[in-house]
Amino acid sequence: MAMSPWLPFEWIAATRFLREGRTQSLLIIVGVGVGVSVIVFMSALLSGLQSNLVKRTLSSQSHIVLLPPEEIARPLNGDKSGPLIQKQAQRLRSIDQWQNIRGRLEKMPEIAAVSPVASGPAFAVRGDANKSVSLIGIEPENYNRVIGLEERIVAGRLRLNAGEAVIGIELAKDLGAAVGDKLRLNTGNGANDTLTITGLFDLGNKGVNARNVYVGLRSAQSLLDLVGGVSSIDLSLRDIYAAEGLALKIAAETGLQADSWIKTNAQFFTALTSQRISSNVIRFFIGLSVAFGIASVLVVSVVQRSKEIGILRAMGASRGQILRTFLLQGGIVGLLGSLLGSALAWSFLAIWRMLALNPDGTPMFMIDVEPELIVIAAGGATLVGILAALMPARRAANLDPVVAIRG
Amino acid sequence: MAENPNNAVLRLGGIRKSYLSGESELEVLHGIDLTLQRGEFAALIGPSGSGKSTLLNLIGLLDRPTAGQLFIDGEETSTLAESSITKLRGQRIGFVFQHHCLIPAFTALENVMMPLLVDRGRPDAAMRQRAAELLAEVDLADRQDYLTSRLSGGQQQRVAIARSLAMNPSLVLADEPTGNLDTHTADDIFALLREVNVREQTTFLIVTHDPRLAARCDRIIELVDGSIVSDRSV
Repeated sequence: MAMSPWLPFEWIAATRFLREGRTQSLLIIVGVGVGVSVIVFMSALLSGLQSNLVKRTLSSQSHIVLLPPEEIARPLNGDKSGPLIQKQAQRLRSIDQWQNIRGRLEKMPEIAAVSPVASGPAFAVRGDANKSVSLIGIEPENYNRVIGLEERIVAGRLRLNAGEAVIGIELAKDLGAAVGDKLRLNTGNGANDTLTITGLFDLGNKGVNARNVYVGLRSAQSLLDLVGGVSSIDLSLRDIYAAEGLALKIAAETGLQADSWIKTNAQFFTALTSQRISSNVIRFFIGLSVAFGIASVLVVSVVQRSKEIGILRAMGASRGQILRTFLLQGGIVGLLGSLLGSALAWSFLAIWRMLALNPDGTPMFMIDVEPELIVIAAGGATLVGILAALMPARRAANLDPVVAIRG
Repeated sequence: MAENPNNAVLRLGGIRKSYLSGESELEVLHGIDLTLQRGEFAALIGPSGSGKSTLLNLIGLLDRPTAGQLFIDGEETSTLAESSITKLRGQRIGFVFQHHCLIPAFTALENVMMPLLVDRGRPDAAMRQRAAELLAEVDLADRQDYLTSRLSGGQQQRVAIARSLAMNPSLVLADEPTGNLDTHTADDIFALLREVNVREQTTFLIVTHDPRLAARCDRIIELVDGSIVSDRSV
């Protein structure tokens, strides 16, 4: 119980007052703790859920896809009353000067990886089975940095020399093929090639697993009659949420069509955004009710202690000392409450991890309380506590000692 | 005691205090002149409603007069800013209230330290030493680590007296210091105040209803209806 010699009067008085009003202090700290735990738990859950959803969505998609501009048929004169112009069918074309564009993209600091792709429709034939597929020609090293194909290989490995292909597990099932088997590819322009399957992938999406056939960039170029060309350039970004802005910028600079994942998945992205907004609204109101809780407890405390405050003032305590004593009580309650809340949230998450499992027993998705989240929660709750204490503390500082001592 | 303005701990000149009561102004003190010399032991008596408490609050710098001058140790206070008044009050004036008014969250020793603590901001060993000595002087050395709720009424009042002396004040104001105590304890407390007065030459102004106690002071100042009607040495 001894006073620490290094603590100033305000700290000593604030902690003593809180300790003396033990029940009140404990109740409000638990109240703050419950509020903070909901905020921390919800934030961790939401960010885990969202990053998991985004990760799944982006597992088979690049952040930005660059395509050659659409071909548009223009009438010779600008006469609006002329014949109706039918929209032109888009044929498979290469991106003009793609090597040059690639060089420029690789110099942009926002871009983590650039992967040129030659892709087009084809048929995969094996015995009597015959499947329509997407033939995708890649440079494996660069493509890996965009899609992460290598870590999705479930059998064999990612090796795409001439005459080799990697296919999805669904397609392998449909065709009854395994690693080491042969596969024949026919393209629309009559070209065909027989490839050896070197690996099977699972990109977490049934359609993609049934459709995509990866071959080396050169093989695809010759099969698709795109020699030396690429049909698209896939980009991976350092900040996925900057995709839309960057896509607009690249489109303006290169004249290419640039589609960001945000635009491609507009509905999904809107859902993420509204989820985030609604959780912010909930957080705000929890913060508000925490603030009101702290304020009401301190208002009662000021009323209960008005005589003591009057005596302290008579003994020479300044208004500032009284003000700070009560602000500190708010801050301490906020800080302790947030630590309790973080511990509670951590336990909720531990329970969640035990309960939210996939059918095979693996966790449904990873959620963790990040240290920054706890630091932010503690800082925020302390600040809310001090702000909530402002009104009661000013009331305490402005008490008339004459009235306070008599009352 | 001879009037020597240079030695005056307290000097009031034409102190008036009025309150707004609805539309009209109600004057509670009508021009009080009073001087207390160092070492005086004076009683302030008068019927309730005579303005005793108001006068004590003005002298204690808890309230400000409507008109007139108030000197503490020769320093004019009416022109001082609020923060300087607070500082002056803490350093020069000790209070002993009727309802002993200790702070229950602190021990006896810490209550005695409190005026030093609010003045200097942080506790130190010297403060603790001084508080322990003061508690020993009021015979409570063995109770210094008790929370005040565990002390009897008389013990609490002795802690309050020790506390009022912590800053070595020029003037101690005691408002019915024995009002809540039985006769025997009241006599003890009164004797203690007297002892401090004689030993430290501390000036005391004691408000009391009890003519028996007033008669044991050196000087009796009687206030009736906001004016001093008699001021006599005993």
